[in-house]
Amino acid sequence: MSADRHIDHSSPMHQFVIGRLNDWQLGGLDISFSKAAAFMFGAVIVATLFLVLTTSKRSMVPGRWQSVSELWYEFIADMIKETIGSDGRKYFPFVFSLFSFIVMCNLLGMLPYAYTVTSHIAVTITLALSVFILTTFIGITRHGTHFLSFFVPKGVPLVMLFLVVPIEVLSYFMRPISHSVRLFANMTAGHTMLKVFGAFVVQMGVFGVLPFALIVALTGLEVAIAVLQAYVFTILTCLYLNDAIHLEH
Amino acid sequence: MPQFWMEDFAPQMVWLVISFIALYLLMARVALPRVANVLETRHGRIADDLDQAAQLKAQAETVISEYEAALVKARTEAQATIAQAGIEAAGVAEKRNAEVANVLATEAAAAADRIATAKNDALAEMRGVAAELAKAAAERLIGAEVPQSDVDAAVDGAMTNSGGGS
Repeated sequence: MSADRHIDHSSPMHQFVIGRLNDWQLGGLDISFSKAAAFMFGAVIVATLFLVLTTSKRSMVPGRWQSVSELWYEFIADMIKETIGSDGRKYFPFVFSLFSFIVMCNLLGMLPYAYTVTSHIAVTITLALSVFILTTFIGITRHGTHFLSFFVPKGVPLVMLFLVVPIEVLSYFMRPISHSVRLFANMTAGHTMLKVFGAFVVQMGVFGVLPFALIVALTGLEVAIAVLQAYVFTILTCLYLNDAIHLEH
Repeated sequence: MPQFWMEDFAPQMVWLVISFIALYLLMARVALPRVANVLETRHGRIADDLDQAAQLKAQAETVISEYEAALVKARTEAQATIAQAGIEAAGVAEKRNAEVANVLATEAAAAADRIATAKNDALAEMRGVAAELAKAAAERLIGAEVPQSDVDAAVDGAMTNSGGGS
C-alpha cells in the first residue's frame, strides 16, 4: 500500500476502504477479494435466499414473508409495465436483479460495522455503464440508423437543430454519469454524516445524547434513502430502456 | 477519499461483474420462476373459483326457475281441480234437491189425498149424525115419524146451502 492510501481509523472516510483480504492477480488484472466483494456476494445470497425461502410453502394465502417477496416481484413487474409496457417483459430479470442488488447492498450497508458496496463510484459507474451500453445496444439493434433520430427532437426548427442536437447527444452521454453519481453520492454522504455524528456522541460526553438522538432519526432516513435510491436507479434504467425500445422523448 | 483510489477500481469491478452475473442467473433461473409460479397459481385458482361460483349461480338460477315453473303448474292444476270439484258438487246438490223435491211433492200429494178422504169421511159421518139429529128433533117437535128420505133430502139441502161438502 502506498503512503497516500493511509487513512486514519477514526476518520469518517475509513468506512469506505474496500478492505482487501488478499492480493490476487490474474494476468496483470487485480482481482483481490475484499470486504466490498464479500458484501456483493452477501447481497446476492441474501436476496436469493429470501426469495427462495419465503416462497418455499407456496401458500395460497401468503404469510408476511411471502407477501414481501410477492410485493417485491410485483413492484418491479408493475414498474416495467408502466414505464416500458409489454415490450419490457424480456428485461424483467435484469431490472429485477439490478434493483435487488442495489437495495440489498444499500440495506446491508445500514447494519453496524457493515460496508456499503454502493458508496463506491467504481461500483455505481459499472452498473450505470452496463445499463448505458445495454440500452444503446438495444436501440441500435432494434432501430438501426433510425436510432440517431433519437437525438433530433420533432418539431424543432432546422436552425435550432444545430444547437439542440449537440445538447441531446451530450445529455445522452452524460446519462451514465448522473445515473451513477446520484447513487454513489447519496450513499457516501449518508454514511459519512452518520459517522461524523457518531464521533460527536463520543466527544460530547453527556451532551452526546443530542447527536445520538439525531443519529436515530438519520438512520431511519438513511434506510428510506437506501430503498429510494435503489428505486430511482431502477426506474431510470426502465426509462432508458423505454427510450431505446420506443425512441420516445 | 477511498472512493477515488484508482487501484481499487479493478478488483471491485471484477467482483461486481461476477456477483451480478451470479445474481442475474439465480434470479432468472431460480427465484423469479418460483415467485411467478406462486402468483400464477393463485391467479389461476382465483379465476377457477370465480368460474365455479358463476357456474353454481347459473345452476341455482335454473333450479329457481324450475321450482317457480312447478309452482305455477301446481297452482293451475289446483285451480282446475277446485273448479271441477265445484261443478261436481253443484251437480250432486241439484240432483239431491230434485230428489228431495220429488219426495216432498209425492208426500204432499199423499197428504192432500188423505186430507180429502178424511174430510169426505167426516162430512159423510156428519151428514148421518145431522140426519139422525134432524129426524129425532122433527119427531119430538111434530110427534110423528118423518120418513128417512125426507130427512136425507132436507139435510142435503141444508148442507148444500151452508156451503159445506165437496
